[in-house]
Amino acid sequence: MMHLQKSEVLLIVAALVLGLSSFISPDWLVFTSTLAIAAALVVMGVVMLMRAGLISFGQGLFYCMGGYAVGLGGRFLDVTDALALIGLGVLATVALAMVLGLLLTRYREIFFAMLTLAFSMILYGILVKSHGLGSTDGFGVVDWSILGYQPAQGHESSTALWLAIVLALAAALFLNRYFQSSLGLACEAIRENEVRVEYMGISRRQVLYINYVIAAALGSIGGSLTALTAGHVDPTMAYWTISGEFVFIALLGGTGHVAAPFIAAFIFILVRTYAVELFPNSWQLILGVVLLLIILFLPKGIWSLFTRKRRAEA
Amino acid sequence: MTDILKTQGLSRYFGAVVAAEDINVTITDGEIVGVIGSNGAGKTTFINMVTGYLPPSSGIINFGGQPIGNLGPRKLMRRGLARSFQIPQLFLELSVLDNLAIALSAAEGRQLNMIRPVRTPERISAADDILEQMNITQYRNEMVTAMPQGARKLLDIAIAMLGDPKMLLLDEPTSGVSTDEKYNLMDTVMEVVRRRGLTVLFVEHDMEIIQRYVTRVLAFASGVVIKDGAVDEVLADAQVQELVTGKRHQPQTEQGDV
Repeated sequence: MMHLQKSEVLLIVAALVLGLSSFISPDWLVFTSTLAIAAALVVMGVVMLMRAGLISFGQGLFYCMGGYAVGLGGRFLDVTDALALIGLGVLATVALAMVLGLLLTRYREIFFAMLTLAFSMILYGILVKSHGLGSTDGFGVVDWSILGYQPAQGHESSTALWLAIVLALAAALFLNRYFQSSLGLACEAIRENEVRVEYMGISRRQVLYINYVIAAALGSIGGSLTALTAGHVDPTMAYWTISGEFVFIALLGGTGHVAAPFIAAFIFILVRTYAVELFPNSWQLILGVVLLLIILFLPKGIWSLFTRKRRAEA
Repeated sequence: MTDILKTQGLSRYFGAVVAAEDINVTITDGEIVGVIGSNGAGKTTFINMVTGYLPPSSGIINFGGQPIGNLGPRKLMRRGLARSFQIPQLFLELSVLDNLAIALSAAEGRQLNMIRPVRTPERISAADDILEQMNITQYRNEMVTAMPQGARKLLDIAIAMLGDPKMLLLDEPTSGVSTDEKYNLMDTVMEVVRRRGLTVLFVEHDMEIIQRYVTRVLAFASGVVIKDGAVDEVLADAQVQELVTGKRHQPQTEQGDV
């Protein structure tokens, strides 16, 4: 019998508060929150890789696959159930990640980062050249339902938010256990000392492979949620700057806790929204300054503020 | 007593450089064997070949009667051959308890479990047990970075012992440890080794440690074993004194000679 840990109870409470607040939040905030949760799911995958000492600049590959699975599933397979579309994306992504993982888990550091980037750019190139899929414009996503429930006009955003909250909560609860598990800690051990890991009888590649595939699946769910929320997919989902944003958010939050990607994603999306609003021609500069400040003053991310406080109290 | 480790014609070349050549060694169950030699003599190359870190250029390695020359560290560990390192190989940013918990989960073959916490009550108890045996209980909840060198050496050896190995290879267990600490460290290690009935092969530069803790010595020079035998016999050997221990051999003179 598994008992809920304190941080898991807090995650459930936070999810409920966020969900209930959607009833009184303006539409733009509900929409932004859903996109932030979707991004956080992808970032959770980036964090999983970072805990194993790997930086991926190509998580946009799986984000895009999840998004396009939703688009293509509705368009060509007449699937309209959101969960089935998300599942379709996860299946396709996991299949691809299982192939790519065989190669990528052989590489470390800049080589891993550049290879992940290269694969996401290959998908971007293919989609740009696919005129049947709208080329650079992409295409719209069909109206969706959940287990037969069709959101009423004007309630699509809040339904998408609840869906995102449920999936993100499940992912966060799983990752909270995963980070404390043998496999989760083996990833950290690989980051620290691969020689010792092998001499303990642990296969580095096996551990990294499983970690990589799970991270890809999370990326796919994030992409699917984004497609369902935005109602549109296009090749930029696989573009390297999108993957860069996920790394940015991961650095912003830190790798210390499963909640960190969510906090960082909300901050990132709000900062970007206001930066674009206030400085339409130089909003990237604002993001750059924010990242610089984080690296200088909080090298372990925003989450380190909480751990510092806890340590100080102790 | 049965043979546990046997090498025949074991050699390793790096291009034209001979790191180890024609090493024929047989170690029997329960022996405590020291490996001595000056820097570059081939000791670590020998250990690295035996523990799967370095594939031999030629020769045969048998462990427990089975050939292991083409096996990597992971498979050797599972067969009961463990090692520690001259520079302790630990997870510096993890706690001592987590270092041991990972090793224990791997020893149980549960390293791929992704739901159950690595710190189970059974593993915590086993970790506490080995920490107590190694006299490093006070560092239990510390990060490895907070440990002094001697304690890190002990933790490195403790981790090697967790897979319940049959044979332990220790690469310079007292290097980087103060003179005051080295005997305590070796007494602790040897007490655990004796209790567990392990066969031990250890590389060591300190001849006092060799004389005190081993029963048999392999002396290496220029990649070959120049002497293999009982401690006193090997350390008294003229060639060993000249090439390994650094004591110039004095030819015996007739009484009365000047």
